[in-house]
Amino acid sequence: MINKVHPSAETALRDVPDGATVMIGGFGTAGLPNELIDALITQGAKELTIVNNNAGNGDTGLAALLAAGRVRKIICSFPRQADSHHFDRLYRAGKLELELVPQGNLAERIRAAGAGIGGFFTPTGYGTLLADGKETREINGRMYVLEAPIHADFALIKAEQGDRWGNLLYRKTARNFGPVMAMAARTTVATVHEIVELGALDPEAIVTPGIFVQRVVKVGRVATGAGGFKQLA
Amino acid sequence: MNRWTRDEMAQRVARDIDDGAVVNLGIGLPTLVANHLPADKEVVLHSENGVVGMGPAPAAGNEDYDLINAGKQPVTLLPGGAYFHHADSFAMMRGGHLDVCVLGAFQVSERGDLANWHTGAADAIPAVGGAMDLAIGAKRTYVMMEHTTKKGDSKIVPACTYPLTGIACVSRIYTELAVMEVTATGLKLVDQVAGNGFDELQKVTGTPLSR
Repeated sequence: MINKVHPSAETALRDVPDGATVMIGGFGTAGLPNELIDALITQGAKELTIVNNNAGNGDTGLAALLAAGRVRKIICSFPRQADSHHFDRLYRAGKLELELVPQGNLAERIRAAGAGIGGFFTPTGYGTLLADGKETREINGRMYVLEAPIHADFALIKAEQGDRWGNLLYRKTARNFGPVMAMAARTTVATVHEIVELGALDPEAIVTPGIFVQRVVKVGRVATGAGGFKQLA
Repeated sequence: MNRWTRDEMAQRVARDIDDGAVVNLGIGLPTLVANHLPADKEVVLHSENGVVGMGPAPAAGNEDYDLINAGKQPVTLLPGGAYFHHADSFAMMRGGHLDVCVLGAFQVSERGDLANWHTGAADAIPAVGGAMDLAIGAKRTYVMMEHTTKKGDSKIVPACTYPLTGIACVSRIYTELAVMEVTATGLKLVDQVAGNGFDELQKVTGTPLSR
């Protein structure tokens, strides 16, 4: 029998090795799998390469992982924010390598890895600093830049509903990077707020088929004013 | 010189958006355009974090932080709206499916090069987000910015001195003084604030304007 449901975030992340590349879903705090990031901090893997759109906000989640000194490199599109002080400090001290990628190239490089594509030509970034040193080509009169796929050892994502095969539904704009990261990692761990019986999810509406997901963990909803689901009083 | 207010600038941009258009409004000044889209036009707003058919901010107390815009502020969804993942969202841009995007800028060159992501300062932490994808993706890219810097230098320049976001990607520039179209032969004045002379405008503009 297939059962991808894990009892806790801790057991689901037990085997993350030092030096792993870990994708973390979320745009800002929507779709950020806070429980998995906390478990990764507890688990202790270090020298990590993190792929996320941002580079942590405030003092929790990804920012706490950075503050704990566990990240060697971050691949993201928008690190600088009003409350990205942990990233700012580590980056300025030369303790954190940054690979800055335009947001659409980031999404497509992740998707390409999951789709078995060896690279692709994109017009985004042509003629800018972020294309420096990259191969370019003129195709039908337009200039393109060759971009490589981004593979990961683990993807940590947040979904809304799942089943024991790993089929997932998301909630609103918290979907963001979840579906493409799930495809690109060798082991994808998804948190869900509800685990339903196999067959209960409408097959016409499943966003991520379970083939892309290896582990599912149920977590509670958290009331918060700055991210995730705001619980009705 | 007479100047348009920020709301008048936004109104002027809104006039150039057609009924039925799919539009992405960048963070900052461009966001104001949403307040000036006339009720008789059906304009669909796209946000790169994965929503099309975006509605206005929710009433206080009804915020849902799973439904936010690219500026990470809570928004709403209109009937007919849809959610999608990031690769699809940027396929909508890169694939030329958006009619218009409106962006802020540090500088625009006379051939429509855009600089809006990085000052190039040695101690600056660079952040690009979706700026480069947006700049080259939409069928028409509008820039909305102040005509000059605080020091009085023209932000319309022969060639950008700040790091580029995209090459020859801007279609039209909207400032508090004028609207200018980027053409193969340079900038063409479309419209300017009533009461100002052409020579006056040319004097504060870093490249030659044609009429």
